[in-house]
Amino acid sequence: MIASLSLQRLPPEAEALRAPVRAFLDEALARMPPERRARSWLGFDAEFSRALGRRGWIGLALPTAYGGGGRDWFARFVLVEELLARGAPVSGHWIAERQSAPMVLRYGTEAQKRFYVPAICRGESFFAIGMSEPQAGSDLASVRTRAVRTADGWQLSGQKIWTTNADHCHHMIALVRTSGTSEDRQRGLSQLIFDLKTPGITVRPIQDLSGDRHFCEVFFDQVELPHDALIGEEGSGWQQVTAELAYERSGPERLYSSIVLFDSWLQHVREQGADDASAALAGRIVCHLATLRAMCLGVVGQLTAGGSPMTEASLVKDLGTELEQLIPVALADAIASSPHPPSPSLLRTLAYVTQFAPTFSLRGGTREVLRGLIARGLGLR
Amino acid sequence: MNEWVEPFERLLAEACPPALVREVEAGNDAPRLWELIEESGFLDALVPEAHGGQGLALSQAFGLMVAVGRHAVPAPVVQTMLARAGLAQAASTPPRGPIAIGSHAQQVDGAVVCRHVPCGRVARWIIVPLDQRWLLLPRADAECTPSGIQGSLHADLRWQAPTRAQVDAGTAVQWLHAGAVGAAAQMVGAMERALEMTLAFANERVQFGRSIGKFQAIQHQLAVMAENVAAARMAAEIGCDSDGPWPKPLRAALAKARVSEAAALVAPMAHAIHGAIGVTAEFDLQLFTRRLHEWRGDHASETYWNTLVGRELLAGGDSTLDFMRCELLPS
Repeated sequence: MIASLSLQRLPPEAEALRAPVRAFLDEALARMPPERRARSWLGFDAEFSRALGRRGWIGLALPTAYGGGGRDWFARFVLVEELLARGAPVSGHWIAERQSAPMVLRYGTEAQKRFYVPAICRGESFFAIGMSEPQAGSDLASVRTRAVRTADGWQLSGQKIWTTNADHCHHMIALVRTSGTSEDRQRGLSQLIFDLKTPGITVRPIQDLSGDRHFCEVFFDQVELPHDALIGEEGSGWQQVTAELAYERSGPERLYSSIVLFDSWLQHVREQGADDASAALAGRIVCHLATLRAMCLGVVGQLTAGGSPMTEASLVKDLGTELEQLIPVALADAIASSPHPPSPSLLRTLAYVTQFAPTFSLRGGTREVLRGLIARGLGLR
Repeated sequence: MNEWVEPFERLLAEACPPALVREVEAGNDAPRLWELIEESGFLDALVPEAHGGQGLALSQAFGLMVAVGRHAVPAPVVQTMLARAGLAQAASTPPRGPIAIGSHAQQVDGAVVCRHVPCGRVARWIIVPLDQRWLLLPRADAECTPSGIQGSLHADLRWQAPTRAQVDAGTAVQWLHAGAVGAAAQMVGAMERALEMTLAFANERVQFGRSIGKFQAIQHQLAVMAENVAAARMAAEIGCDSDGPWPKPLRAALAKARVSEAAALVAPMAHAIHGAIGVTAEFDLQLFTRRLHEWRGDHASETYWNTLVGRELLAGGDSTLDFMRCELLPS
């Protein structure tokens, strides 16, 4: 069965972080319209990431020995929710901070830790996730990108896809086959870490339905990599990538994707005057959101206590993305059924979130994959 | 789980088996059940120690109220806990016997009318909130009209002249809010039982040569159930997060709104997975799902409470995050 999530209070030291982060964001986001802030953790701004790094706000929960802040998960929660609730353009460092640096610290050699992690914490090294391939989506174990041993290290060939911001990233951690065939499934997989500027790598952005270009295709054509491109154990790629997905799934970012839109709509309703239907809808959304936030904090509490709340995190993420997707659908109806015309900016924000919302329940494991995980956690045999 | 929950769970498991729940629903008395609960002292959980109670905060009594729901106790145990806290506050010694909370009292031509009172059929006393005060009235003096709903303990009560009020308290208690968190906590217990029963059934029931829990369609429904049960527990716990006996109004609103919405989804899913056996009288699932639907409506359901929260959110200028931090979550 699933451990029940307990009500957690944020420690005062963690809360103390809120004021300085807000002061910084007030300035940094002053002229950014909601339709841009609505991109949330897909908004890319290298200078913004470096500015956060200078303040010590990247890798807050990572050890100080490697450039991190040495703080706990609660402090990181406060920082992250401030960034996301405001729609700060965190995409540059997001993946590096959330999962790549923890992976290097967990599985890397001392040299790899020293080489990669401090640069991530400075906001100078952005990472891409090398998981999905054209023929390996939810069925990740069927990856075909292959690395073979050479005298000097590895030769890598194949292709990754849906790689967020690969054209802006410096490095990638990729799941590749190092022995056997895709019939061998989870066996024979390894993770490689490498510079995306290495000769033989081509990155091609894919335009999405909202006009953005954050997804990329990444092609590897006989790319020569050194021995130390291997991270962790050869053949342990599946266990490692599972751990990486746990980092990807357990954060609080899985409930705030539509919050900039929701706050913009609240402002619109306040200006126009609220009727009962708007109040009921606003109340429903905020009651769901507050409950989810408390559940997220429950997950953070388990992480802090040294647990690995995989099933619980999946459960919160699935519920969270459901709410994130409900918000644009419900607000579109509220807006279009009201006699008060919305501002063009609110309409643009709504349209962006509406168009992009389907991905909320795809990234980091689809809804169907998560529900399968939860079912196993529930003890279904 | 705290130190009080375990002995209370044990007591209820022993004293309140499903057969007894059915007996009471059929109209029979179960005096021994109430005696055991009353003797246990748990009814004074929320009464201050100075008044001879256990002096628990609402947050500490949360687990006790969930336990009452887990056992579908056919008596107003949670309501009596809350009522006794109110009586202590009014410096009144609580009478023996179960106390129900009427949250919709109206005065009509000198008579006092409470409609559809939860456990109105089995209570000895009724809390009757009026404009700025509340009364404790003996049910024996009321004209009692059972709801007529199969198995329901709800009843309409009408006092022609409420002259024999045991207590007439001028202190304000938000009985609707108190009743709402009490119902929400019991609903969590009933939903957890429904989920456990459904999981066990999915693992046991074989169709097409394998247990139905192996089918993705069933697994995904159970995952959604579990998500909503977990969300309901968290919402109810937020509602009960108070240092005293009474909930904070907006947190109570959140609890009853979120839990009611979850119940409307969890109960039908439990039945869908059980198939026809789930809707038979002899199978225990119905003891919980009937209550879930009934409790969803008790002390107002989700749209009422959502509207209240939404009005408050829209009245201020706070961002959603700040509203949640300041009003809806313990900080």
